Amino acid sequence: MLKLENIYKTFNAGTVNEKTALNGVSLHLQEGDFVTVIGGNGAGKSTLLNAVAGVWPVDEGTITIGGVDVTRLPEHKRAKYIGRVFQDPMMGTAATMQIEENLALAARRGKGRTLRAGITKAERAEYQELLKTLDLGLENRMTSKVGLLSGGQRQALTLLMASLVKPKLLLLDEHTAALDPKTAAKVLSATETIVGRDHLTTLMITHNMRDAIAHGNRLIMMYEGRVALDISGEEKKKLTVEDLLAQFGQATGSDEADDKLLLG
Amino acid sequence: MLDFLNALPGAISQGLIWGIMAIGVYLTYKILDIADLTVDGSFCTGGAMFVVLFSQGVNLWLALLAAVAAGLAAGLVTGLLHTLCGIPAILAGILTQLGLWSVNLAIMSMKANVALNIINPQVLNQLLVSLRFVQDVSNGSRPFYQHPIFVVGVFTLVIIALLYWFFGTELGCSIRATGANPAMARAQGINTRRNQVLGLMISNGLVALSGALLSQYQGFADANMGRGAIVIGLAAVIIGEVIFSKLFRNFGLKLLAVSIGAILYYMVIQLVLSLKLMDSNYLKLLSAVVVAVFLSVPYWKSKYFAKPAKRGGVTRA
Repeated sequence: MLKLENIYKTFNAGTVNEKTALNGVSLHLQEGDFVTVIGGNGAGKSTLLNAVAGVWPVDEGTITIGGVDVTRLPEHKRAKYIGRVFQDPMMGTAATMQIEENLALAARRGKGRTLRAGITKAERAEYQELLKTLDLGLENRMTSKVGLLSGGQRQALTLLMASLVKPKLLLLDEHTAALDPKTAAKVLSATETIVGRDHLTTLMITHNMRDAIAHGNRLIMMYEGRVALDISGEEKKKLTVEDLLAQFGQATGSDEADDKLLLG
Repeated sequence: MLDFLNALPGAISQGLIWGIMAIGVYLTYKILDIADLTVDGSFCTGGAMFVVLFSQGVNLWLALLAAVAAGLAAGLVTGLLHTLCGIPAILAGILTQLGLWSVNLAIMSMKANVALNIINPQVLNQLLVSLRFVQDVSNGSRPFYQHPIFVVGVFTLVIIALLYWFFGTELGCSIRATGANPAMARAQGINTRRNQVLGLMISNGLVALSGALLSQYQGFADANMGRGAIVIGLAAVIIGEVIFSKLFRNFGLKLLAVSIGAILYYMVIQLVLSLKLMDSNYLKLLSAVVVAVFLSVPYWKSKYFAKPAKRGGVTRA
Protein backbone atom coordinates (compact mmCIF):
# COMPACT_ATOMS: atom_id res chain seq x y z
CA MET A 1 0.00 0.00 0.00
CA LEU A 2 2.85 2.34 0.90
CA LYS A 3 6.24 2.06 -0.76
CA LEU A 4 9.19 4.21 0.22
CA GLU A 5 12.32 3.73 -1.88
CA ASN A 6 15.65 5.18 -0.80
CA ILE A 7 14.37 8.36 0.77
CA TYR A 8 16.92 11.02 1.69
CA LYS A 9 16.21 14.31 3.40
CA THR A 10 18.75 16.78 4.71
CA PHE A 11 17.73 19.94 6.53
CA ASN A 12 19.77 23.16 6.40
CA ALA A 13 22.15 21.65 3.84
CA GLY A 14 25.45 23.51 3.61
CA THR A 15 25.15 25.21 7.00
CA VAL A 16 26.50 24.38 10.44
CA ASN A 17 23.04 23.14 11.33
CA GLU A 18 23.07 20.55 8.57
CA LYS A 19 21.13 17.49 9.65
CA THR A 20 20.54 14.39 7.61
CA ALA A 21 17.18 13.35 8.96
CA LEU A 22 16.43 10.53 6.53
CA ASN A 23 19.37 8.57 5.26
CA GLY A 24 18.14 6.20 2.58
CA VAL A 25 14.94 4.87 4.13
CA SER A 26 13.14 2.10 2.29
CA LEU A 27 9.92 0.70 3.65
CA HIS A 28 7.06 -1.33 2.20
CA LEU A 29 3.70 -1.58 3.90
CA GLN A 30 1.17 -4.23 2.86
CA GLU A 31 -2.49 -3.36 2.78
CA GLY A 32 -3.85 -3.59 6.33
CA ASP A 33 -0.44 -3.39 7.99
CA PHE A 34 -0.48 -1.60 11.34
CA VAL A 35 3.13 -0.57 11.88
CA THR A 36 4.37 1.01 15.08
CA VAL A 37 7.46 3.20 14.81
CA ILE A 38 9.87 3.81 17.68
CA GLY A 39 13.25 5.48 17.94
CA GLY A 40 15.11 8.09 19.96
CA ASN A 41 14.91 11.83 19.53
CA GLY A 42 16.19 12.85 16.13
CA ALA A 43 16.07 9.30 14.76
CA GLY A 44 13.84 10.49 11.94
CA LYS A 45 10.42 9.16 13.00
CA SER A 46 8.45 12.37 12.52
CA THR A 47 10.52 13.25 9.48
CA LEU A 48 9.50 9.94 7.95
CA LEU A 49 5.82 10.69 8.48
CA ASN A 50 6.17 14.24 7.19
CA ALA A 51 7.94 12.92 4.08
CA VAL A 52 5.00 10.62 3.40
CA ALA A 53 2.48 13.39 4.11
CA GLY A 54 4.35 15.78 1.79
CA VAL A 55 4.97 18.59 4.27
CA TRP A 56 8.09 19.32 2.17
CA PRO A 57 9.62 17.59 -0.84
CA VAL A 58 12.22 14.86 -0.22
CA ASP A 59 15.74 15.22 -1.63
CA GLU A 60 15.86 11.79 -3.23
CA GLY A 61 13.79 8.66 -3.56
CA THR A 62 10.23 7.81 -4.50
CA ILE A 63 7.03 7.45 -2.49
CA THR A 64 4.03 5.56 -3.83
CA ILE A 65 0.70 5.11 -2.10
CA GLY A 66 -1.57 2.38 -3.45
CA GLY A 67 0.40 2.35 -6.70
CA VAL A 68 0.26 6.12 -7.23
CA ASP A 69 3.58 7.96 -7.28
CA VAL A 70 3.03 10.90 -4.91
CA THR A 71 6.68 11.99 -4.63
CA ARG A 72 6.04 15.26 -6.42
CA LEU A 73 2.49 15.89 -5.19
CA PRO A 74 1.96 18.82 -2.79
CA GLU A 75 0.63 18.13 0.69
CA HIS A 76 -2.99 19.04 0.00
CA LYS A 77 -3.17 16.71 -3.01
CA ARG A 78 -1.68 13.78 -1.11
CA ALA A 79 -4.27 14.35 1.58
CA LYS A 80 -6.68 12.49 -0.71
CA TYR A 81 -4.94 9.25 0.30
CA ILE A 82 -3.84 10.07 3.84
CA GLY A 83 -5.50 10.59 7.19
CA ARG A 84 -3.34 12.25 9.84
CA VAL A 85 -3.33 12.82 13.58
CA PHE A 86 -0.61 15.04 15.02
CA GLN A 87 1.27 15.08 18.29
CA ASP A 88 -0.02 18.55 19.16
CA PRO A 89 -3.78 18.37 19.86
CA MET A 90 -4.06 21.95 18.55
CA MET A 91 -2.80 20.98 15.13
CA GLY A 92 -5.41 18.59 13.82
CA THR A 93 -8.52 20.71 14.16
CA ALA A 94 -9.64 24.28 13.48
CA ALA A 95 -10.18 25.74 16.97
CA THR A 96 -12.43 28.61 15.87
CA MET A 97 -14.78 26.34 13.95
CA GLN A 98 -17.57 24.13 15.27
CA ILE A 99 -17.21 20.40 15.87
CA GLU A 100 -19.62 19.63 13.05
CA GLU A 101 -17.86 22.06 10.72
CA ASN A 102 -14.54 20.37 11.38
CA LEU A 103 -16.09 17.01 10.57
CA ALA A 104 -17.66 18.41 7.42
CA LEU A 105 -14.27 19.70 6.29
CA ALA A 106 -12.81 16.24 6.83
CA ALA A 107 -15.70 14.60 4.99
CA ARG A 108 -14.62 16.51 1.87
CA ARG A 109 -10.99 15.46 1.97
CA GLY A 110 -9.88 14.50 -1.51
CA LYS A 111 -12.98 15.93 -3.13
CA GLY A 112 -13.43 19.23 -4.94
CA ARG A 113 -14.75 22.06 -2.78
CA THR A 114 -17.63 23.67 -4.59
CA LEU A 115 -20.32 26.21 -3.86
CA ARG A 116 -22.58 23.51 -2.45
CA ALA A 117 -23.49 23.73 1.22
CA GLY A 118 -20.52 23.25 3.56
CA ILE A 119 -22.58 20.92 5.74
CA THR A 120 -25.96 19.30 5.15
CA LYS A 121 -28.71 18.12 7.46
CA ALA A 122 -28.06 14.48 6.59
CA GLU A 123 -24.41 14.95 7.50
CA ARG A 124 -25.30 16.40 10.91
CA ALA A 125 -27.30 13.30 11.78
CA GLU A 126 -24.48 11.07 10.55
CA TYR A 127 -21.84 12.95 12.58
CA GLN A 128 -23.97 12.78 15.69
CA GLU A 129 -24.03 8.99 15.42
CA LEU A 130 -20.29 8.86 14.81
CA LEU A 131 -19.52 11.11 17.77
CA LYS A 132 -21.58 8.82 20.01
CA THR A 133 -19.09 6.03 19.27
CA LEU A 134 -16.35 8.13 20.89
CA ASP A 135 -18.33 8.14 24.14
CA LEU A 136 -17.11 11.61 25.13
CA GLY A 137 -20.46 13.39 25.06
CA LEU A 138 -19.46 15.36 21.98
CA GLU A 139 -22.66 14.34 20.20
CA ASN A 140 -24.49 16.92 22.31
CA ARG A 141 -22.01 19.69 21.56
CA MET A 142 -22.02 19.59 17.76
CA THR A 143 -22.02 23.37 17.38
CA SER A 144 -19.41 24.06 20.08
CA LYS A 145 -16.17 25.56 18.93
CA VAL A 146 -13.42 22.92 18.92
CA GLY A 147 -11.21 25.33 20.87
CA LEU A 148 -13.38 24.61 23.93
CA LEU A 149 -12.50 20.90 23.92
CA SER A 150 -9.78 19.24 25.99
CA GLY A 151 -6.64 17.83 24.36
CA GLY A 152 -7.94 14.28 24.57
CA GLN A 153 -11.29 15.22 23.06
CA ARG A 154 -9.55 17.04 20.25
CA GLN A 155 -7.30 14.06 19.49
CA ALA A 156 -10.29 11.72 19.47
CA LEU A 157 -12.11 14.11 17.13
CA THR A 158 -9.05 14.37 14.87
CA LEU A 159 -8.89 10.60 14.73
CA LEU A 160 -12.52 10.47 13.69
CA MET A 161 -11.85 13.15 11.05
CA ALA A 162 -8.83 11.27 9.71
CA SER A 163 -10.94 8.16 9.14
CA LEU A 164 -14.16 9.87 8.01
CA VAL A 165 -13.17 9.41 4.38
CA LYS A 166 -11.46 6.01 4.48
CA PRO A 167 -7.78 6.81 3.89
CA LYS A 168 -5.40 4.49 2.06
CA LEU A 169 -2.94 5.31 4.81
CA LEU A 170 -3.34 6.55 8.38
CA LEU A 171 -0.41 8.49 9.87
CA LEU A 172 -0.34 8.88 13.65
CA ASP A 173 2.51 11.06 14.90
CA GLU A 174 2.81 10.39 18.65
CA HIS A 175 -0.83 11.31 18.87
CA THR A 176 -1.10 10.35 22.53
CA ALA A 177 2.17 11.91 23.73
CA ALA A 178 0.62 15.17 24.91
CA LEU A 179 -2.15 13.46 26.89
CA ASP A 180 -2.29 12.24 30.47
CA PRO A 181 -1.97 8.42 30.78
CA LYS A 182 -5.68 7.78 31.26
CA THR A 183 -6.72 9.86 28.27
CA ALA A 184 -3.85 8.46 26.20
CA ALA A 185 -5.14 4.94 26.85
CA LYS A 186 -8.64 5.98 25.76
CA VAL A 187 -7.42 7.56 22.55
CA LEU A 188 -5.24 4.54 21.86
CA SER A 189 -8.16 2.17 22.26
CA ALA A 190 -10.25 4.38 19.97
CA THR A 191 -7.39 4.10 17.49
CA GLU A 192 -7.47 0.30 17.70
CA THR A 193 -11.22 0.30 17.13
CA ILE A 194 -11.09 2.54 14.08
CA VAL A 195 -8.06 0.87 12.51
CA GLY A 196 -9.60 -2.57 13.08
CA ARG A 197 -13.04 -1.59 11.82
CA ASP A 198 -11.81 -0.12 8.53
CA HIS A 199 -8.68 -2.32 8.13
CA LEU A 200 -6.62 0.82 7.74
CA THR A 201 -2.99 0.66 6.71
CA THR A 202 -1.39 2.56 9.56
CA LEU A 203 1.94 4.04 10.58
CA MET A 204 1.94 4.97 14.27
CA ILE A 205 4.86 6.70 15.93
CA THR A 206 5.05 6.24 19.66
CA HIS A 207 7.60 7.07 22.30
CA ASN A 208 6.37 4.24 24.44
CA MET A 209 7.97 0.83 23.77
CA ARG A 210 5.21 -1.07 25.51
CA ASP A 211 2.58 0.59 23.29
CA ALA A 212 4.70 -0.16 20.24
CA ILE A 213 4.82 -3.82 21.20
CA ALA A 214 1.19 -4.08 22.28
CA HIS A 215 -0.27 -2.55 19.12
CA GLY A 216 0.00 -3.37 15.46
CA ASN A 217 1.28 -6.36 13.54
CA ARG A 218 4.70 -4.94 12.78
CA LEU A 219 7.25 -2.79 14.55
CA ILE A 220 10.08 -0.75 13.13
CA MET A 221 12.76 1.05 15.06
CA MET A 222 14.53 3.99 13.53
CA TYR A 223 18.09 5.04 14.17
CA GLU A 224 20.04 7.85 12.52
CA GLY A 225 17.62 8.31 9.66
CA ARG A 226 17.30 4.62 8.80
CA VAL A 227 15.14 1.65 9.69
CA ALA A 228 17.37 -0.22 12.14
CA LEU A 229 14.94 -2.97 13.12
CA ASP A 230 11.89 -4.40 11.40
CA ILE A 231 9.97 -7.03 13.34
CA SER A 232 6.69 -8.59 12.29
CA GLY A 233 4.53 -11.68 12.44
CA GLU A 234 5.02 -14.25 15.19
CA GLU A 235 8.25 -12.65 16.29
CA LYS A 236 6.43 -9.37 16.95
CA LYS A 237 3.73 -11.14 18.99
CA LYS A 238 6.29 -12.69 21.31
CA LEU A 239 8.40 -9.56 21.59
CA THR A 240 9.35 -8.14 24.99
CA VAL A 241 10.99 -4.83 25.85
CA GLU A 242 14.20 -6.68 26.80
CA ASP A 243 14.31 -8.49 23.43
CA LEU A 244 13.80 -5.24 21.65
CA LEU A 245 16.62 -3.50 23.48
CA ALA A 246 18.98 -6.39 22.89
CA GLN A 247 18.14 -6.57 19.19
CA PHE A 248 18.50 -2.85 18.81
CA GLY A 249 21.93 -2.94 20.43
CA GLN A 250 23.00 -5.72 18.07
CA ALA A 251 21.68 -3.98 14.99
CA THR A 252 23.25 -0.61 15.66
CA GLY A 253 26.08 -1.24 18.09
CA SER A 254 24.55 1.37 20.32
CA ASP A 255 23.06 1.24 23.79
CA GLU A 256 21.29 4.51 23.18
CA ALA A 257 17.96 2.78 23.15
CA ASP A 258 18.15 2.05 26.86
CA ASP A 259 18.31 5.63 27.97
CA LYS A 260 16.36 7.45 25.36
CA LEU A 261 13.54 5.04 24.84
CA LEU A 262 12.92 3.73 28.28
CA LEU A 263 13.04 7.14 29.85
CA GLY A 264 11.51 9.01 26.95
CA MET B 1 -24.18 70.11 19.10
CA LEU B 2 -26.68 71.26 16.47
CA ASP B 3 -23.83 71.13 13.96
CA PHE B 4 -23.30 67.53 14.92
CA LEU B 5 -26.95 66.59 14.57
CA ASN B 6 -27.11 68.25 11.19
CA ALA B 7 -24.05 66.41 10.05
CA LEU B 8 -25.22 63.07 11.43
CA PRO B 9 -26.96 61.70 8.29
CA GLY B 10 -23.83 62.49 6.28
CA ALA B 11 -21.59 60.82 8.88
CA ILE B 12 -23.79 57.73 8.93
CA SER B 13 -23.78 57.54 5.13
CA GLN B 14 -20.03 57.81 5.02
CA GLY B 15 -19.68 55.29 7.82
CA LEU B 16 -21.85 52.82 5.90
CA ILE B 17 -19.72 53.24 2.78
CA TRP B 18 -16.49 52.73 4.73
CA GLY B 19 -18.22 49.83 6.45
CA ILE B 20 -18.16 47.88 3.18
CA MET B 21 -14.39 48.39 3.11
CA ALA B 22 -14.20 47.34 6.75
CA ILE B 23 -16.05 44.11 5.91
CA GLY B 24 -13.29 43.49 3.35
CA VAL B 25 -10.69 44.09 6.06
CA TYR B 26 -12.58 41.72 8.37
CA LEU B 27 -12.29 38.93 5.79
CA THR B 28 -8.50 39.14 5.64
CA TYR B 29 -7.76 40.17 9.22
CA LYS B 30 -10.19 37.93 11.05
CA ILE B 31 -10.90 35.07 8.68
CA LEU B 32 -7.62 34.64 6.79
CA ASP B 33 -5.51 35.92 9.70
CA ILE B 34 -3.58 38.22 7.36
CA ALA B 35 -3.14 41.97 7.90
CA ASP B 36 -3.53 43.04 4.29
CA LEU B 37 -2.19 46.52 3.62
CA THR B 38 -3.19 46.40 -0.05
CA VAL B 39 -6.42 48.16 0.91
CA ASP B 40 -4.78 51.58 1.24
CA GLY B 41 -4.11 51.36 -2.49
CA SER B 42 -7.03 49.32 -3.78
CA PHE B 43 -9.57 51.64 -2.13
CA CYS B 44 -8.42 54.46 -4.40
CA THR B 45 -8.12 52.08 -7.37
CA GLY B 46 -11.84 51.39 -7.06
CA GLY B 47 -12.67 55.08 -6.78
CA ALA B 48 -10.44 56.14 -9.66
CA MET B 49 -11.66 53.34 -11.92
CA PHE B 50 -15.26 54.24 -11.27
CA VAL B 51 -14.93 58.02 -11.73
CA VAL B 52 -12.85 57.76 -14.90
CA LEU B 53 -15.08 55.20 -16.58
CA PHE B 54 -18.33 56.82 -15.50
CA SER B 55 -17.13 60.24 -16.66
CA GLN B 56 -16.44 58.74 -20.05
CA GLY B 57 -20.06 57.70 -20.33
CA VAL B 58 -19.78 54.06 -19.27
CA ASN B 59 -22.91 52.66 -17.63
CA LEU B 60 -22.85 53.18 -13.85
CA TRP B 61 -23.22 49.50 -12.99
CA LEU B 62 -20.53 48.53 -15.48
CA ALA B 63 -18.24 51.16 -14.00
CA LEU B 64 -18.89 49.76 -10.51
CA LEU B 65 -18.21 46.27 -11.80
CA ALA B 66 -14.94 47.44 -13.36
CA ALA B 67 -13.96 49.00 -10.03
CA VAL B 68 -14.61 45.68 -8.27
CA ALA B 69 -12.61 43.85 -10.94
CA ALA B 70 -9.69 46.23 -10.40
CA GLY B 71 -9.85 45.45 -6.67
CA LEU B 72 -9.91 41.71 -7.38
CA ALA B 73 -6.80 42.17 -9.53
CA ALA B 74 -5.03 44.09 -6.76
CA GLY B 75 -5.84 41.28 -4.32
CA LEU B 76 -4.60 38.75 -6.86
CA VAL B 77 -1.23 40.53 -7.09
CA THR B 78 -0.79 40.58 -3.30
CA GLY B 79 -1.93 36.98 -3.10
CA LEU B 80 0.56 35.79 -5.72
CA LEU B 81 3.39 37.79 -4.16
CA HIS B 82 2.61 36.06 -0.88
CA THR B 83 1.95 32.50 -2.03
CA LEU B 84 4.02 32.10 -5.21
CA CYS B 85 6.94 34.33 -4.27
CA GLY B 86 6.99 33.59 -0.55
CA ILE B 87 6.92 37.24 0.49
CA PRO B 88 5.46 37.76 3.99
CA ALA B 89 1.83 38.85 3.69
CA ILE B 90 2.34 42.27 5.27
CA LEU B 91 5.22 43.09 2.94
CA ALA B 92 3.36 41.74 -0.08
CA GLY B 93 0.50 44.11 0.76
CA ILE B 94 2.84 47.06 1.18
CA LEU B 95 4.48 46.35 -2.18
CA THR B 96 1.14 46.19 -3.98
CA GLN B 97 -0.07 49.29 -2.20
CA LEU B 98 3.04 51.23 -3.24
CA GLY B 99 2.76 50.04 -6.83
CA LEU B 100 -0.92 50.95 -6.89
CA TRP B 101 -0.07 54.57 -6.12
CA SER B 102 1.37 54.86 -9.64
CA VAL B 103 -1.35 52.71 -11.15
CA ASN B 104 -4.03 54.89 -9.57
CA LEU B 105 -2.44 58.06 -10.93
CA ALA B 106 -2.19 56.41 -14.35
CA ILE B 107 -5.89 55.53 -14.23
CA MET B 108 -6.60 59.21 -13.48
CA SER B 109 -4.36 60.31 -16.42
CA MET B 110 -1.58 61.38 -14.04
CA LYS B 111 -3.80 63.78 -12.12
CA ALA B 112 -4.01 63.69 -8.33
CA ASN B 113 -7.78 63.81 -8.48
CA VAL B 114 -10.64 63.55 -10.92
CA ALA B 115 -14.16 64.86 -10.34
CA LEU B 116 -17.61 63.83 -11.49
CA ASN B 117 -19.51 66.63 -13.18
CA ILE B 118 -22.29 66.70 -10.61
CA ILE B 119 -23.17 70.31 -11.42
CA ASN B 120 -24.85 68.78 -14.45
CA PRO B 121 -28.21 67.51 -13.17
CA GLN B 122 -28.24 64.77 -15.82
CA VAL B 123 -25.05 63.32 -14.39
CA LEU B 124 -26.20 63.83 -10.81
CA ASN B 125 -29.50 62.07 -11.41
CA GLN B 126 -27.75 58.98 -12.70
CA LEU B 127 -25.79 58.51 -9.48
CA LEU B 128 -26.74 55.93 -6.87
CA VAL B 129 -25.36 57.90 -3.96
CA SER B 130 -24.28 61.49 -3.52
CA LEU B 131 -23.67 63.86 -0.67
CA ARG B 132 -26.24 66.12 -2.30
CA PHE B 133 -28.96 63.54 -1.98
CA VAL B 134 -28.71 63.81 1.80
CA GLN B 135 -29.95 67.39 1.64
CA ASP B 136 -32.32 66.75 -1.24
CA VAL B 137 -34.13 64.03 0.69
CA SER B 138 -34.38 66.13 3.82
CA ASN B 139 -35.90 69.08 1.97
CA GLY B 140 -38.24 66.79 0.07
CA SER B 141 -36.92 67.22 -3.47
CA ARG B 142 -35.99 63.52 -3.66
CA PRO B 143 -37.80 60.40 -2.40
CA PHE B 144 -36.46 58.76 0.78
CA TYR B 145 -35.17 55.69 -1.05
CA GLN B 146 -32.55 57.82 -2.72
CA HIS B 147 -31.04 58.69 0.65
CA PRO B 148 -27.46 57.36 0.81
CA ILE B 149 -28.19 55.66 4.14
CA PHE B 150 -30.95 53.67 2.45
CA VAL B 151 -29.02 52.89 -0.74
CA VAL B 152 -25.73 51.95 0.92
CA GLY B 153 -27.65 50.14 3.64
CA VAL B 154 -29.22 47.92 0.98
CA PHE B 155 -25.82 47.39 -0.61
CA THR B 156 -24.40 46.37 2.77
CA LEU B 157 -27.21 43.94 3.51
CA VAL B 158 -26.90 42.31 0.08
CA ILE B 159 -23.13 41.98 0.53
CA ILE B 160 -23.54 40.50 4.01
CA ALA B 161 -26.13 38.05 2.70
CA LEU B 162 -23.83 36.99 -0.15
CA LEU B 163 -20.85 36.57 2.16
CA TYR B 164 -22.98 34.68 4.69
CA TRP B 165 -23.99 32.27 1.96
CA PHE B 166 -20.49 31.99 0.51
CA PHE B 167 -18.71 31.27 3.78
CA GLY B 168 -21.23 28.52 4.45
CA THR B 169 -20.37 26.70 1.22
CA GLU B 170 -17.72 24.00 0.90
CA LEU B 171 -15.33 26.50 -0.64
CA GLY B 172 -16.10 29.20 1.92
CA CYS B 173 -15.64 26.77 4.81
CA SER B 174 -12.28 25.73 3.37
CA ILE B 175 -11.21 29.40 3.31
CA ARG B 176 -12.19 29.73 6.96
CA ALA B 177 -10.21 26.59 7.79
CA THR B 178 -7.22 28.01 5.91
CA GLY B 179 -7.21 31.03 8.20
CA ALA B 180 -8.00 29.07 11.36
CA ASN B 181 -5.34 26.36 10.96
CA PRO B 182 -3.40 26.06 7.70
CA ALA B 183 -1.65 22.81 8.71
CA MET B 184 -4.99 21.17 9.44
CA ALA B 185 -6.46 22.58 6.25
CA ARG B 186 -3.70 21.06 4.13
CA ALA B 187 -4.07 17.74 5.94
CA GLN B 188 -7.74 17.82 4.92
CA GLY B 189 -6.78 18.34 1.29
CA ILE B 190 -7.39 22.09 1.17
CA ASN B 191 -5.23 24.15 -1.17
CA THR B 192 -4.33 26.83 1.35
CA ARG B 193 -2.37 28.97 -1.11
CA ARG B 194 -5.23 29.18 -3.56
CA ASN B 195 -7.60 30.00 -0.73
CA GLN B 196 -5.39 32.81 0.53
CA VAL B 197 -5.29 34.32 -2.95
CA LEU B 198 -9.05 33.92 -3.26
CA GLY B 199 -9.68 35.55 0.12
CA LEU B 200 -7.39 38.47 -0.67
CA MET B 201 -9.19 38.97 -3.98
CA ILE B 202 -12.67 38.97 -2.47
CA SER B 203 -11.52 41.34 0.27
CA ASN B 204 -9.96 43.83 -2.12
CA GLY B 205 -12.93 43.57 -4.46
CA LEU B 206 -15.12 44.81 -1.59
CA VAL B 207 -12.60 47.49 -0.70
CA ALA B 208 -12.60 48.76 -4.28
CA LEU B 209 -16.40 48.74 -4.35
CA SER B 210 -16.38 50.82 -1.20
CA GLY B 211 -13.88 53.23 -2.82
CA ALA B 212 -16.09 53.50 -5.89
CA LEU B 213 -19.13 54.28 -3.73
CA LEU B 214 -17.22 56.87 -1.71
CA SER B 215 -15.93 58.69 -4.80
CA GLN B 216 -19.48 58.67 -6.12
CA TYR B 217 -20.77 60.00 -2.82
CA GLN B 218 -18.24 62.82 -2.54
CA GLY B 219 -18.16 63.46 -6.30
CA PHE B 220 -14.47 62.86 -6.91
CA ALA B 221 -11.64 60.37 -6.61
CA ASP B 222 -8.38 61.40 -5.04
CA ALA B 223 -4.97 59.73 -5.01
CA ASN B 224 -4.91 60.11 -1.23
CA MET B 225 -8.40 58.84 -0.50
CA GLY B 226 -7.20 55.42 0.68
CA ARG B 227 -4.46 56.63 2.96
CA GLY B 228 -4.91 54.98 6.34
CA ALA B 229 -7.88 52.94 5.10
CA ILE B 230 -6.52 49.80 6.77
CA VAL B 231 -6.54 51.58 10.14
CA ILE B 232 -10.10 52.77 9.66
CA GLY B 233 -11.05 49.24 8.67
CA LEU B 234 -9.38 47.77 11.74
CA ALA B 235 -11.01 50.41 13.92
CA ALA B 236 -14.42 49.42 12.58
CA VAL B 237 -13.68 45.71 13.08
CA ILE B 238 -12.52 46.31 16.64
CA ILE B 239 -15.32 48.68 17.62
CA GLY B 240 -17.84 46.21 16.24
CA GLU B 241 -16.21 43.38 18.13
CA VAL B 242 -15.91 45.21 21.45
CA ILE B 243 -19.54 46.28 21.45
CA PHE B 244 -21.24 43.26 19.92
CA SER B 245 -19.03 40.22 20.59
CA LYS B 246 -21.23 39.07 23.47
CA LEU B 247 -24.40 39.70 21.51
CA PHE B 248 -23.61 38.55 17.96
CA ARG B 249 -22.40 34.99 17.50
CA ASN B 250 -23.75 34.45 14.01
CA PHE B 251 -21.35 35.19 11.13
CA GLY B 252 -23.80 37.47 9.33
CA LEU B 253 -24.38 39.47 12.50
CA LYS B 254 -20.63 39.75 13.03
CA LEU B 255 -20.32 41.34 9.60
CA LEU B 256 -23.18 43.66 10.50
CA ALA B 257 -21.27 44.58 13.66
CA VAL B 258 -18.32 45.61 11.50
CA SER B 259 -20.54 47.88 9.44
CA ILE B 260 -22.03 49.39 12.60
CA GLY B 261 -18.48 49.79 13.91
CA ALA B 262 -17.61 51.89 10.87
CA ILE B 263 -20.71 54.04 11.38
CA LEU B 264 -19.82 54.61 15.03
CA TYR B 265 -16.28 55.49 14.01
CA TYR B 266 -17.54 58.18 11.65
CA MET B 267 -20.01 59.47 14.20
CA VAL B 268 -17.20 59.91 16.71
CA ILE B 269 -15.03 61.62 14.11
CA GLN B 270 -17.94 63.91 13.25
CA LEU B 271 -18.52 64.68 16.90
CA VAL B 272 -14.87 65.57 17.39
CA LEU B 273 -15.02 67.83 14.34
CA SER B 274 -18.34 69.46 15.22
CA LEU B 275 -17.32 70.25 18.77
CA LYS B 276 -14.02 71.56 17.40
CA LEU B 277 -12.18 69.41 19.91
CA MET B 278 -9.12 69.32 17.71
CA ASP B 279 -7.70 70.37 14.40
CA SER B 280 -8.89 67.95 11.71
CA ASN B 281 -5.27 67.23 10.86
CA TYR B 282 -5.00 65.29 14.11
CA LEU B 283 -7.75 62.86 13.13
CA LYS B 284 -5.36 60.30 11.66
CA LEU B 285 -3.27 60.42 14.82
CA LEU B 286 -6.42 59.93 16.86
CA SER B 287 -7.43 56.94 14.72
CA ALA B 288 -3.99 55.40 15.01
CA VAL B 289 -3.92 55.81 18.79
CA VAL B 290 -7.42 54.42 19.23
CA VAL B 291 -6.65 51.35 17.11
CA ALA B 292 -3.29 50.82 18.83
CA VAL B 293 -4.96 50.91 22.24
CA PHE B 294 -7.71 48.49 21.26
CA LEU B 295 -5.23 46.09 19.68
CA SER B 296 -3.08 46.15 22.82
CA VAL B 297 -5.89 45.47 25.26
CA PRO B 298 -6.28 41.73 24.53
CA TYR B 299 -2.51 41.28 24.71
CA TRP B 300 -2.13 43.08 28.03
CA LYS B 301 -5.12 41.26 29.36
CA SER B 302 -3.65 37.87 28.60
CA LYS B 303 -0.22 38.84 29.88
CA TYR B 304 -1.04 40.51 33.17
CA PHE B 305 -4.57 39.60 34.05
CA ALA B 306 -4.58 35.92 33.07
CA LYS B 307 -6.15 33.63 35.60
CA PRO B 308 -3.43 31.66 37.38
CA ALA B 309 -3.23 27.98 36.44
CA LYS B 310 -5.02 25.60 38.75
CA ARG B 311 -2.95 23.83 41.34
CA GLY B 312 -1.94 20.30 40.49
CA GLY B 313 -1.21 21.06 36.87
CA VAL B 314 -3.39 21.25 33.83
CA THR B 315 -6.09 18.67 33.40
CA ARG B 316 -6.03 17.56 29.83
CA ALA B 317 -8.76 15.00 29.65
